[in-house]
Amino acid sequence: MLSQAVRWLTERRLASFSGGIRPPRQTQRTLRSRVMATPIPQRLFLSLTTYSKQERLTPVVRLGEAVRKYQCLATHLQDSDFILHAPTSGMITAISRDTLEIQSDGLDQALTLRGSTTEKITQAAILESIGRAGIVGQGGAGYPTIKKIRLAASAGAKVLIVNAAECEPFVCCDEALIREFADQVVKGAEYLMQASAADAGIIAIESDKLEAIAAIQEPLKASSLTLRLLAAKYPAGDERILIKSLTGQEIPDSVHPAERGILVQNAGTAKAVFDAVKLGQPSISRIVTVAGAPLKTPKNFSALLGTPVSDLLSWCGFEHESHSEKSSAHFQHTDHSKIIVGGPLTGRRAEMFRESVQQTTTCVIATDKINFPASGPEHACIRCGFCADACPVGLLPQQLLLYSRNFDEHNLNSHGLHSCIECGACAYVCPSKIPLVQHYRQSKAILRDSAAERSESQLRQARYRHWQTRQGKAARRQVKQAAEPERETPFSRENAKSEIAEAVARVKEKKSGNRQ
Amino acid sequence: MLPLNEQLAVTLLAWSAILLTAFFLGLRLHRTLAAEQQKQRSVVELVHAELPQTQCGQCGFPGCLPYAEAISDGEPINQCPPGGEHLILRLARLLNEPPEPLNPRHGTPQKEPLVAVIREPECIGCTKCIQACPVDAILGSAKTMHTVLISECTGCDLCVEPCPVDCIDIVPAASQRNQRPLNRYAISRGLV
Repeated sequence: MLSQAVRWLTERRLASFSGGIRPPRQTQRTLRSRVMATPIPQRLFLSLTTYSKQERLTPVVRLGEAVRKYQCLATHLQDSDFILHAPTSGMITAISRDTLEIQSDGLDQALTLRGSTTEKITQAAILESIGRAGIVGQGGAGYPTIKKIRLAASAGAKVLIVNAAECEPFVCCDEALIREFADQVVKGAEYLMQASAADAGIIAIESDKLEAIAAIQEPLKASSLTLRLLAAKYPAGDERILIKSLTGQEIPDSVHPAERGILVQNAGTAKAVFDAVKLGQPSISRIVTVAGAPLKTPKNFSALLGTPVSDLLSWCGFEHESHSEKSSAHFQHTDHSKIIVGGPLTGRRAEMFRESVQQTTTCVIATDKINFPASGPEHACIRCGFCADACPVGLLPQQLLLYSRNFDEHNLNSHGLHSCIECGACAYVCPSKIPLVQHYRQSKAILRDSAAERSESQLRQARYRHWQTRQGKAARRQVKQAAEPERETPFSRENAKSEIAEAVARVKEKKSGNRQ
Repeated sequence: MLPLNEQLAVTLLAWSAILLTAFFLGLRLHRTLAAEQQKQRSVVELVHAELPQTQCGQCGFPGCLPYAEAISDGEPINQCPPGGEHLILRLARLLNEPPEPLNPRHGTPQKEPLVAVIREPECIGCTKCIQACPVDAILGSAKTMHTVLISECTGCDLCVEPCPVDCIDIVPAASQRNQRPLNRYAISRGLV
């Protein structure tokens, strides 16, 4: 009786972590409307960069070529896991180093897709369709899903975690996705489980997303996945923090979680996997939240990749002129843009006309001056310690601030700056308005540079040693040549003949000696 | 008065005690000295690890190791222009000395990374720059064109002076980074 009660209680306990913040949600207005498919935009800008930013995809189409929907546009020369497909039919109008521009013809002529018709699908078939669809993680980093699955499978996958914990304010694309496509997400998660041969599957949703939780109950009954609720805190959706709150296991930052057999995939990725396996459809669209107070009708879009952000905003009734007029009247000296791509805490300010939807774009926010006040002057640290309470990875932000201001390399390393996930919780709670995360990002970059410089200098040292050895050898040779006198007898035909005769005699003697 | 054999025993004991103490004291002293020596060597090693290893000789010493040895003997730490301000700060923290600005007598820090570039049509293949380069960043052989490995070059300009035809320029590295050999080939053929 008592043990049952304890089990009942523990089952209902929310998975949580220490620290974190609870910013206001701000998603009600956006969730009022259903997920809407966008009209086909006139021009699409597809990014050719990959998650590592150094590597780039190589276009396989020419300028001016007519392409059809789902056609392969670009791929990586060495690594076939990176692949880009055309989101709609049209003509290639520009190819630059980073982007590929398509002028759509509005006809949406598609190649025929070959989905699977059978009920039972093999593991190899799932892996192949995921790889061919070019799916990358839709949560943030954009790591190719197929690589992650392989990594987890080779480490002996223990558990698959479907990450539907959207912890940032304004962002609600996963909530809308589960509310409306719960069965597809669950099915996709099952495919992911089968592909990685994971023993267990968990869907993690924050406890305040009631509609999503209600919608997913029905499809979960028929599946082997379990639902776990998370405390509604930021940053519950971070990969390592999610693992820690669900399994209690802390993954060191030098190790990828998949190497420990824990496969974390975003809910949007699960949906893309469903589309790829069931319909054979490449990854060409994703759900994007378009939110913010200046918008008349904020909503979630099922947007084609490459859709310009300005189009998304105008479909939501964004009054660009009046907004900029108003804002320029209020902030005459602020030059930063009013659009944020990504979550409000981790996203970046973006140039409105240069951004487009990528596989990793979760949210586009039009800012207003109440929720996003202009950053005022920074005050001195009063050592209140709020930041240390808020830090989800247990660092000491105020100490790190001190060390990054002094650039104390040794102490930055020993206080674990490399473990900082740059979530921004410390800066959110700071009463002195210190932009702590900016300091950490800067220090991290400097640390990275100095580590690179050090490894380079070691290479130089090795080369210098080789050079020194060579110089030493040359010097010794010169000394030796100077010390040895020249051969006295100069070369002549007679000398050479006699030498040859001597040598022949020696050989003959040797041979006769051997015979005896 | 103790019996003779007991007197002998006490004397022996006393002497052995004295000798033992002396031995252990000596051992202790030896260890301390050895540790001091170790520390001295490790200071050289630590300083050497911090130095940028360009072997440019701008500090007035023939290479980074000699300068590291000189620093551990009390030479000022502000004589390395390639290391710049960051190096001085790191060395100051390492050696617990007050940091000082870079000594302008030894040069000014590079504002941006520099590299040497050979104007290849003018090169006569004398190999003099190859011999001068301390980090083996120049490739070539006698009477053939030489070229600089941009990724290895430190921009120390030691190769400029020996060149008999003055065909080596020191340019910002950023202007050369993307000029890979393949790319240059492609440009010369009009493929790009």
